[in-house]
Amino acid sequence: MADKPRSFQEIILRLQTYWAEKGCAVLQPYDMEVGAGTFHPATTLRSLGDRAWAAAYVQPSRRPTDGRYGENPNRLQHYYQYQVLIKPSPPDLQDLYLGSLQAIGIDLGLHDVRFVEDDWESPTLGAWGLGWEVWCDGMEVSQFTYFQQVGGHDCKPVSGELTYGLERLAMYVLGVDHVMDMPFNDPDAPIALKYGDIFRQTEEEYSRHNFDAADTEKLLRHFIDAEAECQRILDNPAVDPKTGKRIVMAHPAYDQCIKASHLFNLLDARGVISVTERQAYIGRVRALAKLCADAFVQTEAGGYTAEAAE
Amino acid sequence: MPNLLIELFSEEIPARMQAKAADDLRKTVTDGLVEAGLTYAGAAAFSTPRRLTLSIDDLLAESKPVREERKGPATTAPEQAIEGFLRSTGLTIDQLEVRDQKKGQAYFAVIEKPGRKAAEVIAEVLEQTIRNFPWPKSMRWGAGPLRWVRPLHSIVCILSDADGNEVVPVDIDGITSSNTTKGHRFMAPDAFTVTGFDDYEAKLKRAKVILRADERADAIWQDATNMAFAAGLEVVDDKGLLAEVSGLVEWPVVLMGSIDDAFLGLPPEVLQTSMKEHQKFFSVRNPKTGRIEKFITVANIETADQGATILKGNQKVLFARLSDAKFFWENDLRTVEREGLEAMGAPLANVTFHNKLGSQAERIGRIATLAKELAPVVGADAAEAELAAKVAKCDLSSEMVYEFPELQGIMGRYYAKSAKLSDAVADACRDHYSPLGPSDDVPTEAVSVAVALADKLDTLTGFWAIDEKPTGSKDPFALRRAALGVIRLILSNGLTLKLSDVIAKANAGADSADLLSFFHDRLKVFLRDEGIRHDVIDACLAMDGSDDIALLVKRARALQDMMGTEDGTNLLQGYKRASNILSQAEDKDGVEYSFGADVKFAEGDAEKALFAALDTAEAAIAPAMKAEDFAAAMSAMASLRAPIDGFFEAVQVNSENEIIRRNRLNLLSRIRTICTSVADLSRVEG
Repeated sequence: MADKPRSFQEIILRLQTYWAEKGCAVLQPYDMEVGAGTFHPATTLRSLGDRAWAAAYVQPSRRPTDGRYGENPNRLQHYYQYQVLIKPSPPDLQDLYLGSLQAIGIDLGLHDVRFVEDDWESPTLGAWGLGWEVWCDGMEVSQFTYFQQVGGHDCKPVSGELTYGLERLAMYVLGVDHVMDMPFNDPDAPIALKYGDIFRQTEEEYSRHNFDAADTEKLLRHFIDAEAECQRILDNPAVDPKTGKRIVMAHPAYDQCIKASHLFNLLDARGVISVTERQAYIGRVRALAKLCADAFVQTEAGGYTAEAAE
Repeated sequence: MPNLLIELFSEEIPARMQAKAADDLRKTVTDGLVEAGLTYAGAAAFSTPRRLTLSIDDLLAESKPVREERKGPATTAPEQAIEGFLRSTGLTIDQLEVRDQKKGQAYFAVIEKPGRKAAEVIAEVLEQTIRNFPWPKSMRWGAGPLRWVRPLHSIVCILSDADGNEVVPVDIDGITSSNTTKGHRFMAPDAFTVTGFDDYEAKLKRAKVILRADERADAIWQDATNMAFAAGLEVVDDKGLLAEVSGLVEWPVVLMGSIDDAFLGLPPEVLQTSMKEHQKFFSVRNPKTGRIEKFITVANIETADQGATILKGNQKVLFARLSDAKFFWENDLRTVEREGLEAMGAPLANVTFHNKLGSQAERIGRIATLAKELAPVVGADAAEAELAAKVAKCDLSSEMVYEFPELQGIMGRYYAKSAKLSDAVADACRDHYSPLGPSDDVPTEAVSVAVALADKLDTLTGFWAIDEKPTGSKDPFALRRAALGVIRLILSNGLTLKLSDVIAKANAGADSADLLSFFHDRLKVFLRDEGIRHDVIDACLAMDGSDDIALLVKRARALQDMMGTEDGTNLLQGYKRASNILSQAEDKDGVEYSFGADVKFAEGDAEKALFAALDTAEAAIAPAMKAEDFAAAMSAMASLRAPIDGFFEAVQVNSENEIIRRNRLNLLSRIRTICTSVADLSRVEG
């Protein structure tokens, strides 16, 4: 497996194949704007409760403040993360992870791979865990975290989370210095496309939008709406009056939490949030994440059983 | 006697926690063994990124039997008392002995604890240790409840002696002990068995693991310095980084790489900080030019290409990092050259320092006003001090300091120079934060001193004015450090400064007396480290002028010196005696004896000698005090010791003759006056 991949997409495909072979459900990206793969409900919500889980997926992620009009060699406002979440964390998770590096062409006999302390914390999700940044030859290529708490709930059992920053990892494996020069499909394909052919223009458009054009008043209104909607959804009784079934709407509520989080990121990029307000906004999103986590553990996927509830 | 080997093998332990964890393992296990009666000859603990290891030599194979006797309640005691005794001893009533006592009979418990095998005790102690280990932060993993710093994988626990070795059986939530461990993660991942510590250490080395952190550090330092020396360069010393890097590798491989020419113009501090913080690289300097020209990185693996791939990767990461740093540096220089340093700080108007104390810009304005006021006292030019204060924090708005906050001040100095400001102003940018810690250098250049003092005094008076003082262990704004900084600035520079005046100037809203007493508390801590007793300081604090720190310390040092002499301690006894007699008499008579002792009523030589000695001392003390020559004043005071002793030996103060008695009491009051004028001896213990 030490043969080198030739393109960005080949690296993604190899990761998909590898984790599929290791038994993960290969999911598709979540269909909403998120700041990181962790926000996908397949991670945030599924790390709660006692049900076993194993999922891997690519998640397009957006960090409006990181926009550089496509000029910076490795900063983007839209990028991809590869995310793996396994619950309970298997005892050989480190070895599984190292196997995935080999799968994408990193020869562990030639490179220096290190696990360097990094305590992960997401103030917006009310989540934290312990683990490492994984370094390959001095470069951070992944985050490796054992979740301890999410949405204010203790994780029992503990999930192991792996997050790969795909562009940076791929640039390293492919030996490319500027992200826009990276081959997206095979360089010998009849129509060979580079990362820049696909994303340079959108980086420009979104950079302008995020920094200067986004309507801050509307964004703020939408933030308030999403916040209210999240709470309103969860205020509904657990039992659906129409079907007579118990249906706790944790996921629809969590969509609103995701929305609020992204709107906050946009407001932040527009520079309209002061240092003191910043904490307050983060606290508001965290409050939503907690409500959603509380709701999720009241669902079947979150470990709820009618017997236990009695 | 057997030796014990324990290894706790886990996923990567944070470098900063390893040394303490090894020590905690040694302490906890040995304490537990000793408490259970198992003594030993020696114990040593070791750590690598993946293991904590403990080796104990010559452990007792078995603990001695212990016989314990405990006296219980009387046989006639109420039932609850007897039941309580049974509970606490774990015995039944027929197991108790009844013995005759002076007052009737009492129950006795005789508890025989048989000796226990070492293995049994070790298993217990190790389990307790693992379950209660004092990690600064620990975690759960998988589905179990066990906590460790990162997932714990295996345990070696063996007892060995001349006849062989045995595994001490331990089972902690399914992790069972064995005599098996693993080598280096990539170079020797296979499991192997060990028979004892020496075998373990030797086999680990063959499996590419250096067990001892200091051995790894020495190897890194030696290779690094040799490599640098061969290139005509030197490694920049960094003990903290060396310790950290030694905790990141089991098998250190030192590699030296080049820094691209494009970055050699960056300030050395920038190169060093960026390489250290982001990459954990050592900086390699050209001793002739002082420039950082290369870096050293420490890998954890030997490779077929002698580390070429690793070095290339590291160099690439560094290139990206330094490109960022260069971009910031050039942007900052452009801003400063175009608009000046003060303009660079313009955004500080929008940065809140504290919501009750306004913006950073407002704070800088206050500091500038105060620095100007303080300038004459510290010997600085007022306009220059004011200017320095105005620009000293402007680098906080620079892109470089935004990226590397630890470069605040250092960048300010570079930017001040490129803005063509004077060296004194540029140095103040760098030095006005000092002194930060108790051992940090204190600025001595006048402009720096003025700004450093103004900065700290503004902070202190500001937080005092809004009543945000340190409480207990909480000091979020580092006010104790600021106060100590002021004290050290004053003392190191020999400044004459009335703190109460300066406090009033800095912020009229601050409770001056309260802040002053905070300074005094800090001063006590500072002087205590210098060996000056707290009661000596109290004796000096009670005197006028105690808001002049330099004066206060001068007085305290003189008093401390005097109290170190025999005359001094005896004088104190004499003074206390005089003072006691006097206050008793004053209580009894309802008057204060303070004036009018006349030598004509003196009887005998001793009393006359005291009169004469007091005259001499008073004559010497007054001018000495005026000249603030406390040493001379104290020495004059100490010279009273012999006459006072002589007086008390020869004379009965409470004479039958009321005139003589009053005269003597008035004489004693002269002693009291002297002994509370140079410093308040009533506050000195002894």
